Amino acid sequence: MSVTAIKKKLAPQAAPAPPALVRMAAPRTSIVQRGMPYMRGFAINVIPPVITLLALLLIWQLLCDRPGATLPAPTIVWNEAKDLILEPFFNLGSQDVGLGWRVLVSLERVLIGFGLAAIVGVLVGCLIGQSVWAMRGLDPIFQVLRTVPPLAWLPISLAAFRDSSPSAIFVIFITSIWPIIINTAVGIRNIPMDYRNVAAVLRLNAFEFFARIMIPSAAPYIFTGLRIGIGLAWLAIVAAEMLTGGVGIGFFIWDAWNSSRLPDIVVALFYIGFVGFILDKIVGALGNLATRGTAAS
Amino acid sequence: MQRPYLKIDHVCRSFARGSTSTEVLKDVCLTINKGEYVSIIGHSGCGKSTLLNMVAGLLPVSSGAILLEDHEVNAPGPDRAVVFQNHSLLPWLTVYDNVRLAVDKVFSSTRNKAERHDWTMHNLELVQMGHAKDRRPSEISGGMKQRVGIARALCMEPKVLLLDEPFGALDALTRAHLQDSVMAIHAALGNTVIMITHDVDEAVLLSDRIVMLTNGPSAHVGEILDVDLPRPRKRLELVANNQYIRAREGVLKFLYERTHFVDSAA
Ligand SMILES: Nc1ncnc2c1ncn2[C@@H]1O[C@H](COP(=O)(O)OP(=O)(O)OP(=O)(O)O)[C@@H](O)[C@H]1O
Ligand SMILES: [Mg+2]
Repeated sequence: MSVTAIKKKLAPQAAPAPPALVRMAAPRTSIVQRGMPYMRGFAINVIPPVITLLALLLIWQLLCDRPGATLPAPTIVWNEAKDLILEPFFNLGSQDVGLGWRVLVSLERVLIGFGLAAIVGVLVGCLIGQSVWAMRGLDPIFQVLRTVPPLAWLPISLAAFRDSSPSAIFVIFITSIWPIIINTAVGIRNIPMDYRNVAAVLRLNAFEFFARIMIPSAAPYIFTGLRIGIGLAWLAIVAAEMLTGGVGIGFFIWDAWNSSRLPDIVVALFYIGFVGFILDKIVGALGNLATRGTAAS
Repeated sequence: MQRPYLKIDHVCRSFARGSTSTEVLKDVCLTINKGEYVSIIGHSGCGKSTLLNMVAGLLPVSSGAILLEDHEVNAPGPDRAVVFQNHSLLPWLTVYDNVRLAVDKVFSSTRNKAERHDWTMHNLELVQMGHAKDRRPSEISGGMKQRVGIARALCMEPKVLLLDEPFGALDALTRAHLQDSVMAIHAALGNTVIMITHDVDEAVLLSDRIVMLTNGPSAHVGEILDVDLPRPRKRLELVANNQYIRAREGVLKFLYERTHFVDSAA
């Protein structure tokens, strides 16, 4: 109220037109001034990683560019796997496709597996967070299961589904679901008593309480879980595809290893790392968007 | 004599921690008439919020009973709307949606969408918050949040309005403004109000009766003071009013003597 009042008071004072000369000069300076922080932000965020990257490439080059080196140097990678880097989306028949296509195939699997894990994980987490006994009983079990590596789930999942594609999705699902469940449950347990009291006075039913109170209040925790989950899911895809075959990026690495194409593997590693980075950023940004209100309180 | 509207009948409440249990309230008895404005005053930690929460139905009584229009209170509901000590707005909803949530819930079957919108806006205007309806609680000041909390409680058309230190965290000027709004609303709507406060002036200015709780543990109603000042009350005119001064003195004396008693007992 007081802010608007002050603004109203100030407005007429700002209104009188400044002299023409000043007015012409004003926009120019303001654009520069407005541009400066962005330029600075860009420089701060981009220059250090670029320098570090160049330095690392140099060290790598020095270490591997000598007779008897077991790993390919950057120059060798570039010479032998240039096409993979420059043309991610070529398509020469069913098995010979660019890394971009392979990443997309893997991404589809990850999104199905992770999407299922997100839905099931949030629902189970809500149930567990609501009940002290469920929390006490299930939490230790989850903490143990959470440490089982993706590759260990694969034989069980292959035995159960008898097909590689659902097995791979199941492995992603089971790897990424634990942090989602655990974080959601903690978020539900941390819903302030005040919000529960508000819901009680309004007599919200179970569904309204879930949608209007639980999910928004636990959203910061849920997104922390989702962010850890998507990272794990992307880790699992490589492991899963190495054994199940197909056109995914994981199988590509396995295939390259079997035909001793080390430079291809190096390029694929960069793809995987980069995509994982982007996935993490996307989930993080979604989280920021969704929890603006809650986080600010 | 008219039947009591709200009856608090020998209510006790204890909290158990492990094997020990402390009795916070013991044999609290109080009857409140329709349209009455009652303040509860007492030292910090004596069990005022506990009592209010039991009237709201958020806490069960250990023994005794609370009757509203001859029905026992045993669950929370919109007929006993609470303005919480710390406003408790939902931070992910706008000011409008915070009130609208309550309106939608209470009037889902009796009013259509347009009427519910109008009613939401009406209540926001009542506390002069219509202009900030699209802001989030994090973007408005403490006094504004408290006003939205009051609007949210009022919009439910409660039988009893429960205020838990509604102006506790506000500066003197904002507090005075809000007290005036609450007085005006009480005069216009005739709600039955129970208000917890620490502020003696506030209690005397607003209330028909002031209930003073003794110090815990085992707090009970120590004294009830009738405030017979005519309404509408103007705070500036009251400063020199003898009755006002005497009422103020009575409450202060009670509070001071109890503190004294505790000090010497400790
Ligand atoms: N859930 C609880 N478990 C155990 N003890 C509690 C609980 N809630 C309240 N108490 C105890 O009951 C007593 C009264 O608490 P209450 O919140 O009602 O005090 P209050 O009079 O509202 O104080 P204030 O004026 O500071 O708000 C306190 O001593 C507190 O420790
Ligand atoms: Mg209290």
